Amino acid sequence: MRKILVLVSAVISIVFLSGQVMAEPITINWWHAMKGARGKVIDTMVKAFNDSQSEYVVVATYKGDYDETVNAGVAAYRAKKQPHILQSFEVGTQTMMLSGAVYPVYKLMKDEGYDIDWKAYIQPVLSYYMDADGNLMSMPFNSSTPVMYYNVDLFKKAGIPMLSKEKPVTWDELGEITAKLVKSGVTGGLVCGWQSWTQVENYSAIHDIPFASKANGYEGLDCVLLFNNDKVIKHIAMLKDWMKDNRFYYGGQKYQGPSAEFLAQNAGVYIDSVSQISTLQKSAKNFGWDVAPLPVEAWMKNPQNSIIGGASLWVFKGHNKKDYKGIAAFLKHLAKPEMQVYWHKETGYFPITLAAYEQLKKDGYYKEYPYQEVGIKQLTRRDPDKNSRGLRLGYFIQIRNIINEELELVWNGKKTPKEAMDSAVARGNQQLREFEKTYK
Amino acid sequence: MIKRSVFTSRTLPYLLILPQIAITLTFFYWPAFQGLMRSFMLSDPFGGRSKFVWFDNFIALFTDPLYLKSIVTTCIFSALVAFVSISLGLFIATMANRALKAKSVIRTLLIWPYAVAPAISGILWLFLLHPSYGVVSLAIKRWFGLDWNPLLKGTDALFMVIMASAWKEISYNFVFFMAGLQAIPTSLIEAAAIDGASPFRRFWTITVPLLSPTLFFVTVMNIIYSFFDTFGVIHTMTQGGPGGATNILVYKVYQDGFIGLNLGSSSAQSVVLMTLIITITVLQFKYVERKVQYVG
Repeated sequence: MRKILVLVSAVISIVFLSGQVMAEPITINWWHAMKGARGKVIDTMVKAFNDSQSEYVVVATYKGDYDETVNAGVAAYRAKKQPHILQSFEVGTQTMMLSGAVYPVYKLMKDEGYDIDWKAYIQPVLSYYMDADGNLMSMPFNSSTPVMYYNVDLFKKAGIPMLSKEKPVTWDELGEITAKLVKSGVTGGLVCGWQSWTQVENYSAIHDIPFASKANGYEGLDCVLLFNNDKVIKHIAMLKDWMKDNRFYYGGQKYQGPSAEFLAQNAGVYIDSVSQISTLQKSAKNFGWDVAPLPVEAWMKNPQNSIIGGASLWVFKGHNKKDYKGIAAFLKHLAKPEMQVYWHKETGYFPITLAAYEQLKKDGYYKEYPYQEVGIKQLTRRDPDKNSRGLRLGYFIQIRNIINEELELVWNGKKTPKEAMDSAVARGNQQLREFEKTYK
Repeated sequence: MIKRSVFTSRTLPYLLILPQIAITLTFFYWPAFQGLMRSFMLSDPFGGRSKFVWFDNFIALFTDPLYLKSIVTTCIFSALVAFVSISLGLFIATMANRALKAKSVIRTLLIWPYAVAPAISGILWLFLLHPSYGVVSLAIKRWFGLDWNPLLKGTDALFMVIMASAWKEISYNFVFFMAGLQAIPTSLIEAAAIDGASPFRRFWTITVPLLSPTLFFVTVMNIIYSFFDTFGVIHTMTQGGPGGATNILVYKVYQDGFIGLNLGSSSAQSVVLMTLIITITVLQFKYVERKVQYVG
């Protein structure tokens, strides 16, 4: 009996010891918010990394929508069970930056011995995630920008020439175009998704108007909002005026409503993120459509770049030194041209490096799908300046909600554009002060 | 003689209720206490910084005209949801109680909507009432020429979320009213009928008083439901819009706390919400319950 026991324990210990000798690969956890087809693209990119080496295994887990993913990360960090990499949406950038929980990407890459030429990246994408000194805090992952879609068939019917893919139309011209559309019998002219992002934030960036003081918040928490200026108010007033004859009409806060209006051919023109391209490719079967850059005011001779939306990858503190080596290698892997080309082709989100962009051009991808290049050209037409590199605001989600709410009050006639924008700024500033108080 | 079991040990009864108390403390009192603590603090979500600020969060809330507006909206919303779902639930239960054929089938069918999650109920109603693809809204527009647009008009939106929230709760009320109605002795109603009381009078003077315990219970439950569980309806249908017209308190807690990560303010809002619902319930028990007749 005793002999058997000894034998069994010997066998067990051999099995366990040999397991350790084999050097288990280190697991790197990545929590993301990309479901469905995008999630599958991620899995493919992760698999390519896992197959390329044996030291690390990246495990990508879908944690829900952006807000759910961030909350999962927050809860995990507080319980000291944080993932290595967390995908967080662009509006949460300030919160993530100030959390004290993240390992800045520029530092990680330097510490792990990667000498990365950040100039080889697409600047307006990087600039959204840089600190005031130009250091990259998180790795841009999925980036988009708003563009203008239009219904080719309805344009033809109304006798409107097709729009240029490079030279933006002016807002006045768009006014004439939408008037013609309505006259030709279309229910409405223009609808917009994410109105705060497309009509206030991007309008300000493109026309080089500060959205907030302190370089849009990059240079200090004590910034104040400035979007109640004459130019923005005039723009909102113009849209409100267009509502009289249905040249513009309201389809809802997010993308679902406006997108449905465009697909149902109720609206001839639709402003929304480039990520809608894949939706249109799938769903717009009975009409032709195309993409043009966002309209620009006639007085703006050299329009700035538009700003991005989307999410970036944040690296959490508190893991082993060895793990960070793997994380750095993985981030490097994601930035490879072939990965970026694949990501762009499959999802429509921008590639983050110039090399990947050049590769796509060389492959003739944009010859085949010219509308895919409209967004990236609009994004890169000028170097980002202080008004167009991004927005760095505390409680930005609340501020966006406030802008949405106030704009709705303009659309339904309860407030004038000036009243609404003044009130949005005053309420938004309260949010900023509360945020400032928390982090002071 | 009823047999009573007697505990000989003094500690045994305490031991027996210990699991229940432990669960209540960990899952109800501990989070509530945490919420109360947070409402006096400004803290960053990652737990790196937190500052005790006394009543600042509450002062900020009550000096915000929009928050006060949100309280009013919530009260209107829940009063109407409770009213619509109770009156329709009672009406349907009275009708179903009289139905002779297929009584049980009808009852089962009427209970079904309760099994639908609020979020799904919201989406279903959106398919009916959405201004551009809603079947009903297109019909209203074409036949009655009404300019129905819940995307832009606050009252339309409020009406829409009230309908969707009340619809689901009708079944819940129906079940309780049905049980209540069946407990009323038919002899009472028959006697009144022989005395020549009209159906409406019989309903008003016999059924309603005898049903008052159920009515009271259902009112309390409906108000609690409309304060908290209607979140899914709001989230799928209006997201609090347009212009904050359907931004009820519980939705604001979610937006500020879960999405906006402002823990201090959203905790303070939860505390206000909790106080409000406790007050309403206590008032109901104090003043309305007096009129309730518990018989039988």
